[in-house]
Amino acid sequence: MKELVIVSGKGGTGKTSISAALACLAPQKVLADCDVDAANFHLVSGATIRETHTFTAGFEPHIDEAACSHCGKCTSLCRFGAINSGIITAPLNCEGCGVCAFNCPEHAIAMKEKQAGHWFISHTRFGSLIHAELGLSVENSGKLVSKVRQEAKKMAATEHLPLIITDGPPGIGCPAIAALSGATLALAVVEPSVSGMHDLGRLADLADHFRLPLAICINKSTLHQENTNQMITWCLSKGLPVFGQIPYSDTFRTAAQSGQTVLEMPHSDVKKELTILWQNIASHLRLPSQTSTLDLLLQKLNIFR
Amino acid sequence: MLISIASGKGGTGKTTLALLLAAAHSQVTLLDCDVEEPNCHLFLQPQWQAAGQDITVMVPHIDSDRCTGCGACSAVCLFSAIAISGNSAILFDELCHSCGGCLLACQQAAISEEQKTIGTLTAGTAAAHPGIYLLKGTLKVGTPSAVPLIKQMKQTGLQLAGDILIDCPPGTSCSMVTAVKDSDFCILVTEPTPFGRHDLELALNITRLLRLPTGVVLNKSDGAAGDESIETFCASRQVPILAKIPHSLAFARQYAAGCIPGEFQSIAASIWQQLKAERSAGT
Ligand code: SF4
Ligand code: SF4
Ligand code: SF4
Ligand code: SF4
Repeated sequence: MKELVIVSGKGGTGKTSISAALACLAPQKVLADCDVDAANFHLVSGATIRETHTFTAGFEPHIDEAACSHCGKCTSLCRFGAINSGIITAPLNCEGCGVCAFNCPEHAIAMKEKQAGHWFISHTRFGSLIHAELGLSVENSGKLVSKVRQEAKKMAATEHLPLIITDGPPGIGCPAIAALSGATLALAVVEPSVSGMHDLGRLADLADHFRLPLAICINKSTLHQENTNQMITWCLSKGLPVFGQIPYSDTFRTAAQSGQTVLEMPHSDVKKELTILWQNIASHLRLPSQTSTLDLLLQKLNIFR
Repeated sequence: MLISIASGKGGTGKTTLALLLAAAHSQVTLLDCDVEEPNCHLFLQPQWQAAGQDITVMVPHIDSDRCTGCGACSAVCLFSAIAISGNSAILFDELCHSCGGCLLACQQAAISEEQKTIGTLTAGTAAAHPGIYLLKGTLKVGTPSAVPLIKQMKQTGLQLAGDILIDCPPGTSCSMVTAVKDSDFCILVTEPTPFGRHDLELALNITRLLRLPTGVVLNKSDGAAGDESIETFCASRQVPILAKIPHSLAFARQYAAGCIPGEFQSIAASIWQQLKAERSAGT
């Protein structure tokens, strides 16, 4: 089973749009949305939720008011200023460390597991999707990302599907690390801008750190051809393959507005470049690059052009 | 006045708006709190002042001579940052939240605390826009939590006089909350797509929770159906739309080249006016 994770140094580079296009092209796969902070894949793929599960992670203090003697020990020991003599005054500051609970002379505080979000199995136009929603202001997005990946693997195994396509989280922090560790291939979607070059450098460092194969897709490549060329030279010098160059296209915007992938739009002007991208990925992963029979049929019927 | 600029998600134009607002002000401090990927400096090209300041957190240091391997520290660590191997404790410092719980639990006085660097803070005046003083935080690659770094950046920034703009990290997680917390006004940037609306709703839930006065800037607006759905949504949640920034390919090209285009300066000026009016109404 192969796992392709699509990442970006930063949000807004077109990661979800490109993931959705790849979901449209790949014949047999499970989809996973690991951007648990701001999951969007379900919006573009027409998801209907089949299963909802609660995700618990971390702890929170529960205080027995009757037992508390208001001695103030918890106040002085809490390093995050979250508690005042047995009353949680700033819940958003609480790290759930349990220092208050373990050191309360009256044993008035119990640490209980915290509900940190939900994860879902959904049906979409492109197959099954595992996605999640993190509770507001909750940490542990890394753990939820791992949960989504674990469930996607389970599904791929039971349904005998050779590939998982994961829309990864932006950035290089704990959710990105959780999404990338142990994946078969990371595809970075980047823009040819000064900030895009900078972000790619940090992402390449991260992939290097985890010894993970990284391939590049330059999105909006025609926005600044000079930067695109420079980026390609840089990638070559680092031994990073450039699997695709997608020209700037307004179709991405109109597609996003209508909740479709760019390949489902009439007169899609980036179909050729996206197909090349997919073929490069498929041959790297040694997957059959053939698109689904339905897609071939639509192509023959000339519906896309 | 402390103004935070946030969005449910990256790529909606948060940094762009922060830069536009900074460039339209005569004297302002800009805090780049998007510490995983700070980008503001690429546009401002500041002359950095002196060497960057290391930002540190306290992590336990275990004295293996004193440690008996009793396991009391690992039992109280709810983040699994301490494991017992043989008869001594080992720390996995990436998991540590610096709560000090293990320190209190160890009866052998085998644990002390030491500093660990999680990132750097650099500051400087922008070369092209001398009115802008930039504070940039950079998280060390491989550090999982940005929260302590953002907290310390804000502490440093708040000691400075005048208006402060904060370019927040994307999302609605703890780093975003740390960055927007305590601001006088929070601007949420969004786009007229179903994604934009969905992420705006998540971000609004946070600013509601924190009771922050909030307004929306609609970026890449095109006067079409998408715009209306954001407008209807904002009206239903009683959040004002401060400005609409039209979609412009010319702007995107200049921005890609690393410039702050002058194209929307009047829009930025009108946002400042509304913020000042909000402040005088609030006090
Ligand atoms: S330490 Fe325990 S008894 Fe003392 S104030 Fe806190 S909760 Fe109450
Ligand atoms: S769990 Fe930790 S952070 Fe939360 S109130 Fe107790 S001591 Fe403070
Ligand atoms: S509590 Fe102290 S003595 Fe016991 S294992 Fe931990 S460090 Fe060692
Ligand atoms: S300081 Fe807190 S989080 Fe860090 S190792 Fe000790 S108990 Fe665990």
